[in-house]
Amino acid sequence: MKQNIKFVQGNEACVEGALYAGLDFFAGYPITPSTEIMEHLSERLPIKKGKFIQMEDEIASMCAIIGASLTGKKVMTATSGPGFSLKQEALGYAIMAEIPCVVVNVQRGGPSTGNPTHVSQGDVNQARWGTHGDHAIVAMTASTIQDIFEVTIQAFNIAETYRTPVILLFDEIIGHMREKLILPEPGKIPLVERLRTSVKSGIDYHPYLQREDGRLPMSDFGEQHRYNVTGLFHDMWGFPSTKPKIVHGLLRHLNDKITNYAETKPICMYKEFYLEGAEIILISYGSSARSVLHTVKNRQAAGEKIGFIELQTLWPFPYNIIKKKCANARHVIVVEMNMGQMIRAVKNAVEDPKKVFLINRIDGLLITVSDIRNILRMLQGKGV
Amino acid sequence: MAFKDYIRERFFPHIWCPGCGHGMVLKGMLKAVEKLGINKSNIVMVSGIGCSSRITGYVDSHTLHTIHGRALAFATGVKLSRPELCLIVPMGDGDALAIGGNHFIHACRRNINMTAIIMNNQIYGMTGGQYSPLSGVGKYASTAPYSTIENKFDIAKLAEASGASFVARTTTYHMREMIDTLCMAIKHKGFSVVEIFSQCPTYFGRKNKLKTPADMLNYFKNNTAKIGSEAKKKNPELIERGVFINKKMPEYCEEYDKIIKKANNTLTNTEV
Repeated sequence: MKQNIKFVQGNEACVEGALYAGLDFFAGYPITPSTEIMEHLSERLPIKKGKFIQMEDEIASMCAIIGASLTGKKVMTATSGPGFSLKQEALGYAIMAEIPCVVVNVQRGGPSTGNPTHVSQGDVNQARWGTHGDHAIVAMTASTIQDIFEVTIQAFNIAETYRTPVILLFDEIIGHMREKLILPEPGKIPLVERLRTSVKSGIDYHPYLQREDGRLPMSDFGEQHRYNVTGLFHDMWGFPSTKPKIVHGLLRHLNDKITNYAETKPICMYKEFYLEGAEIILISYGSSARSVLHTVKNRQAAGEKIGFIELQTLWPFPYNIIKKKCANARHVIVVEMNMGQMIRAVKNAVEDPKKVFLINRIDGLLITVSDIRNILRMLQGKGV
Repeated sequence: MAFKDYIRERFFPHIWCPGCGHGMVLKGMLKAVEKLGINKSNIVMVSGIGCSSRITGYVDSHTLHTIHGRALAFATGVKLSRPELCLIVPMGDGDALAIGGNHFIHACRRNINMTAIIMNNQIYGMTGGQYSPLSGVGKYASTAPYSTIENKFDIAKLAEASGASFVARTTTYHMREMIDTLCMAIKHKGFSVVEIFSQCPTYFGRKNKLKTPADMLNYFKNNTAKIGSEAKKKNPELIERGVFINKKMPEYCEEYDKIIKKANNTLTNTEV
């Protein structure tokens, strides 16, 4: 069968993935380097009778997708650093009210307006802790155009399964780089549809009462069940409550429903290369992972015992998996384009944090193969 | 359906202070919905944060109590997604016009079919009586112990200039007028704005020599007049009540349907 092959940039692959996953509604605001996502969706969504709206700001875009999601639609917004900062309050609302949505952040340099046209991976910890209060979050990334497509689909599946916002943390290089994308036939990649309540009309529906398996079946706004949605701590009817038992129970639920599944599929996604007997393990993600993979492949061919873990899910972090995989390595090296954000999680995961080193760049340029080589030579006692 | 059937009794008693005007707005709103005979399951009420915003919880419709100032942005998402639903967005004056001012003018500009109700009590009540963009010069508040020096918005003029296709003002003293105005606003196809003066005796009244709810209601009675009335001509200082704007304009969701047709090359000549 003839394959449907495209030559597209990462932002377009994200659009293709979202449409494949069944995106119905997009609200956004222009911002470099993510704008192509909204440009393409403004053209594509009306064709499939979906809704596209350019809102007055980043906050409004986030709010609009939450409203649309409540009517039963699959929703997404896309932004970059400054816009991601603005979305944080509404993101917390989606967490608290348990409303599925996908938020793309094509990272650029920060803080503030920073370096809009250059690459960075500086929002990793913001994705984890950006909105206030204790919470769990799912944040995913990718290093190839094909992976952007597939991770985007998984983001929708996870959002719908766990009733949570999912953050797609791409970066400027991977967003703008062009590469081959093979579009699978519809139905080839399984899609998750929202779990809807089977409670009949006229019977009391409890929108925030967990089933035995911890899931909360939803009812679309506009359908028979009328209920309250709020960002306040709330009881099983969605009615605001300050009762300590309810506050404690809800906060635990919001965290447990994600972190309990941190090390299993579909939330946990990573790739591993040459880990068997590896004395040095590199850990990376996003566009940095491309330079790492190139380095590791070449050194393997030269007989070095060097392995690589590419993280695709950044949060929740799979602490036990990383601990186990790195147990026998002499050095663990985290490669990322920030001052050392993911490395903190890696240090927390491994038994001896002293064996964890950082290779980074914070000047708006991609980490090169020679950047990695220089550090490896130092670690191997070969000088620079 | 009796208006009481629109109430969600489970969520009572309400949180408002004795004498607060917001309960009167709740009654006026439900009377209007009852008059229009709208099915509960077709109503989505969206609110932000503040005393006023708690109003949604007490109504047995789909209710969305969101974050401060952003109710209209959430409502836009709901409406564009399900245009057949009736959207009512009650907000406070600070909620709608300070933190939410940008969303307000843009919702007016889009002329998306929903009703924004601004319960104007001229103060931030829930946080304890700070001055709002609707307090006006010379008013006292917990953050204006020497009186405010800030000018207030004229909501009707702001809404009109921003492109709203229905704009009206009324007060909690004028209940029948409030119900009729809300009926017109909800029926109107396009973005409708109804400003309702609502009393906050607890904070605004107490600090501004209008200590009892009755003092405040009398203030609304004595300081307002119908648009173009004799009273207004005699005393130009009076605040006008009534419908300022009521016009037909292209509605956002209907225009969006045309975009869908354009994208699929199915637009007919009469729709162009």
